[in-house]
Amino acid sequence: MIDTPYILQAKNLTKIYGENVIFKDISLDVHKGETIVIIGPSGTGKSTLLRCLNLLTPVNSGQIFLEGEEITAHGVDHDQVRQKIGMVFQNFLLFNHLTALGNVMIGLTKVKKMPPEKAKQKALHELERVGLADRAHHYPAQLSGGQQQRVAIARALAMDPLVMLFDEPTSALDPELIGEVLGVMEQLAHEHMTMLVVTHEMGFAREVADRIIFMEKGSIVEQGSPEDLFERPQHARTREFLGKISELYGKKEKK
Amino acid sequence: MVNQFFSYIFQGTSVTVAVTLVALPLGLILGLLLALLYNYGGFWVSRLAAAYSLIMRGVPPIALLFILYFLLSGRLINLTPFWAGSISLGIISSAYQMEILRGALQAVGEGQMTAARAIGMSRLQAIRYIIIPQAIRLAIPPWSNEASIVLKDSSLVYAIGVPEILRRAQQLSATTQQPFLAFGAAALIYFVLVFLVNRGLDLLAEKTKLPTSMA
Ligand SMILES: Nc1ncnc2c1ncn2[C@@H]1O[C@H](COP(=O)(O)OP(=O)(O)OP(=O)(O)O)[C@@H](O)[C@H]1O
Ligand SMILES: [Mg+2]
Repeated sequence: MIDTPYILQAKNLTKIYGENVIFKDISLDVHKGETIVIIGPSGTGKSTLLRCLNLLTPVNSGQIFLEGEEITAHGVDHDQVRQKIGMVFQNFLLFNHLTALGNVMIGLTKVKKMPPEKAKQKALHELERVGLADRAHHYPAQLSGGQQQRVAIARALAMDPLVMLFDEPTSALDPELIGEVLGVMEQLAHEHMTMLVVTHEMGFAREVADRIIFMEKGSIVEQGSPEDLFERPQHARTREFLGKISELYGKKEKK
Repeated sequence: MVNQFFSYIFQGTSVTVAVTLVALPLGLILGLLLALLYNYGGFWVSRLAAAYSLIMRGVPPIALLFILYFLLSGRLINLTPFWAGSISLGIISSAYQMEILRGALQAVGEGQMTAARAIGMSRLQAIRYIIIPQAIRLAIPPWSNEASIVLKDSSLVYAIGVPEILRRAQQLSATTQQPFLAFGAAALIYFVLVFLVNRGLDLLAEKTKLPTSMA
């Protein structure tokens, strides 16, 4: 491991799909233990950026460093890198044929080659962390959306990732289930998990984020502490977006 | 007399079952391999698998059986009619099983692969531990249908002289001049076999069924 204050660092990332430049020259430094919230309008490339960061999608140019080591370099084992970067999806994507416990265990037994008994202990511990030890033997279809998303978080945590990426983890949830997922994420932030969260939950951004990044049309328009962005946005576009988003989502949060 | 009659045809049952037990698993292994190549093999490999399927399914099984039989019991390899016939039926069935499995693999959805890759699984691991277990469950009902087709098509090996149910019925019909009784008995045995296979697979589907959503 190279000595660096950054867990994750992206330098001049550019992603192009066919003719479409999704984002261009994006750079990003993520400190250890930092919670970063990424906001921005639909189609801006937030999801694509997260997918590029854990190498699910290749970038066209630029470099990504994990703990100082370049993971976009030639010959890097992508599967090994992904073990260290947890990812949580909007639509949960639990493995449908496995119980909650099975979902959390399978990465341990098949990827980390942990003995089943030990993997089970660890998986149960992770389920406990998200408050679902009592649902260990339920299948995804038998769980509510909020519970499924918490299992998905436990599944990612079980791999002991260096950083967790969340792509709109509460967007597919009924309003009354959003809180339980945000609660787990807040707890993770308090435990100093390094997190990159794409979300429209401004309450969470305000309370939990160390830094907020506003992205639009494939570039980072502005970033700063929640106070700076909410109270003193530098760009008109940021102000506009924040106004619109709190109008859309604000009522839901207030209730 | 009827008893003896029936038992003569019934002796063919073991041959029919044996042919099916060779053809069906062989078709499954080849079919799964082809389906995986089709879905994950890249452009050209996928095209090749599709072409294989198209050709195999576009020719009557009996014609393919003769072609394959003459290849498999020819000069290069010389298999007995039983083995040549069973393997040929397996190869024919592989194209149909490929279609069933490739549909099932696709029905599992891209998201499951993404999620598996995200926890560090390789493509192969994801296919093996995440995609296939779900695809197999989806494939059981159509596969049950294919299993009964293979069972019934095993009668085709009659044409290359393998003494299965139908061939025995044909012989009896000729010697006893009782075609209705002879072929009726054969039909009854086929029916019972197909029924048992379908029931067995229904039970398997029931047993491996995943719990459905909470109401
Ligand atoms: N696999 C793909 N092939 C081609 N274009 C794609 C692909 N994935 C995403 N895009 C395009 O990239 C752009 C950015 O998409 P992305 O999903 O990253 O945006 P987003 O900021 O996450 O939006 P949202 O808030 O709607 O989730 C969109 O215009 C989308 O159509
Ligand atoms: Mg998105």
